[in-house]
Amino acid sequence: MALELFQKFAAITLLPMLAVADLTKSFVAPDGTRAEIVRVASFALAAGEQLALRGESGSGKTTFLHLIAGILAADAGRVTIDGAEMTALSEAGRDRLRAEKLGYIFQTFNLLQGFTVLENVVLGMSFGPRGADRAHARAVLERVGLGHRLDHFPRQLSTGQQQRVAVARALANRPKLVLADEPTGNLDRKHAREALALIREVCREQSAALLLVSHDEEVLAQFETRRDFAEINAARQEAPR
Amino acid sequence: MTLPLLIRRSLRQHALSTAITAGSIALACGLLLCVWMVKTQSQAAFTQTTTGFDAVLGARGSKLQLVLNAIFHLEASPGNVAAADFEAIRRHPMVKTAIPIAVGDNLRGFRLVGTVPELFTNVELAPGKKFVVRAGGKVFNGDAKEAVAGSFAAQRLGLKVGDTFKPFHGLAFDAKAEHADIFTVTGVLEPTNTPADRVVWIPLKGLQTMGGHDPKAATDVSAVLLQFRSPMAGLQLDMLYNKQGNRLTLAFPVGAIMAELFGKIAWFDAVLTLVAYLVALVAAASVVASIYNSMSARRRDLAILRALGARRGTIFGAVFAEAACIGAIGAAAGLAVYLALYAGVAALIRAETGVVLEIGAWHPVLWICPLALVALCALGGIVPALKAYRTPVAETIAPVS
Repeated sequence: MALELFQKFAAITLLPMLAVADLTKSFVAPDGTRAEIVRVASFALAAGEQLALRGESGSGKTTFLHLIAGILAADAGRVTIDGAEMTALSEAGRDRLRAEKLGYIFQTFNLLQGFTVLENVVLGMSFGPRGADRAHARAVLERVGLGHRLDHFPRQLSTGQQQRVAVARALANRPKLVLADEPTGNLDRKHAREALALIREVCREQSAALLLVSHDEEVLAQFETRRDFAEINAARQEAPR
Repeated sequence: MTLPLLIRRSLRQHALSTAITAGSIALACGLLLCVWMVKTQSQAAFTQTTTGFDAVLGARGSKLQLVLNAIFHLEASPGNVAAADFEAIRRHPMVKTAIPIAVGDNLRGFRLVGTVPELFTNVELAPGKKFVVRAGGKVFNGDAKEAVAGSFAAQRLGLKVGDTFKPFHGLAFDAKAEHADIFTVTGVLEPTNTPADRVVWIPLKGLQTMGGHDPKAATDVSAVLLQFRSPMAGLQLDMLYNKQGNRLTLAFPVGAIMAELFGKIAWFDAVLTLVAYLVALVAAASVVASIYNSMSARRRDLAILRALGARRGTIFGAVFAEAACIGAIGAAAGLAVYLALYAGVAALIRAETGVVLEIGAWHPVLWICPLALVALCALGGIVPALKAYRTPVAETIAPVS
């Protein structure tokens, strides 16, 4: 019992949910030169923490999130999520870890247009540990207020509703870490506020850490903890990506 | 559940190209099966159609023509057999049955064949199977101007017991060549599924003495259908008529002569089969092209799936299985196409020759061909599947910030 309590305590306090160390990524530019996009010496996010990263377009924020998610392989450095080192894994291992531990909310939502709302969420779950749990997917969609739109296709929804589907899909697998890339970039002010509140609220309910990147000051202002991406990224800022 | 859902949705999203591709596979599968089955079934049907006779004796000429004329009621008779020759073969100790036939007239395109009533009473078409006259009818009297109609001919000509008709001269129908003789239908035969169904049978004498026919040939017959007491008889009579004699031809054994015909037209089968294979190949290529072309439109979806945690193998498997599914849908529809084509061809063959091709006939090609097509499509699916496998996730899914 004592050991269990210690482990829980250590998990919350000692081991961050996300730890990034000496992470670098560069791309070959069209002119043949190598341009470094990301150089992050150290970055961490505690379990359940919600942090907003401020950064302009082209600053490498998306690349940083892709590296964390294992969608891109880093040139060097370490990304550790919930104790598992993403950067040490094979591509298949990164896919598995992403499916198990991560939820990703994209600026353009990236919903699968040929699939219904429910299927979008179910598919998002099917690669993770829960598998395709339709009942749970339905419950999550109910939670984000889309219980009456389960059989609709994304094109039949408003932009705000599409964002809710994206939120439901990212959180349906009960991820430990949610990455949100300009999640309100395509929404008007009112819907942006609502969407952001929903994301934060659901992450809180599920004790998921949230790392949000945005250039929108209004969005950033809603976070208690904010950081400039430029502060943590030492790569040249005029890089093409 | 993931894979079936991905496949189902993708097929639905590209419903038109899926339908066109599956349709071309169905056509290929149907054609292949039809060519194959018609070939094997017609070969079997024609070589097994002997209507119970071992051999045919006729005028000197082609054995094939003799068999086609006397057994299949196609082609013209190569000539006549004199009454003395008929008597000689009829009395031969090794001959069990000798049935004379005479041809040369028709009833609105259906052949009139003169014969003796014994054909219907004594001859077994197949072991234990004789001609059966439908209820209310009877076999004609050999000395009267009467007729018995085969089932198909009766149906097409609308003949029933008590009807009368005037024959037309020649094997092809010519309305101006009507004979004055009037024949009365005394019976209609039950279907035998043999060429005999297309014939209107009349007494031998009736045909021989028909007004307008050459009186000098009034005792001649066109051919003699023979049943032997033992298979050795065929060899001995072959020696007697074909090798030592030079006036008559013995076509023996009937099945082997028909098999020779199929041997001669084997090149035609080969061409048809080649065409069917090419259609199959083109259909499989269309699967590749169809899925490959759709990959650009699906690139984003595949990248999203990868971002959600789908492994490369899952993506590869989904596209690969989709190709196989299109193949399977096409192959299943191909079986329906085959049945429709085969039924059409069988009806045509029956109408033209009286030979019946079995519709529900089984042959291993019925599962080998569809399965091979599915495998071919799946194989073709590897190309677009590899393209899907290599989809770059980061570049595809999100705008850069």
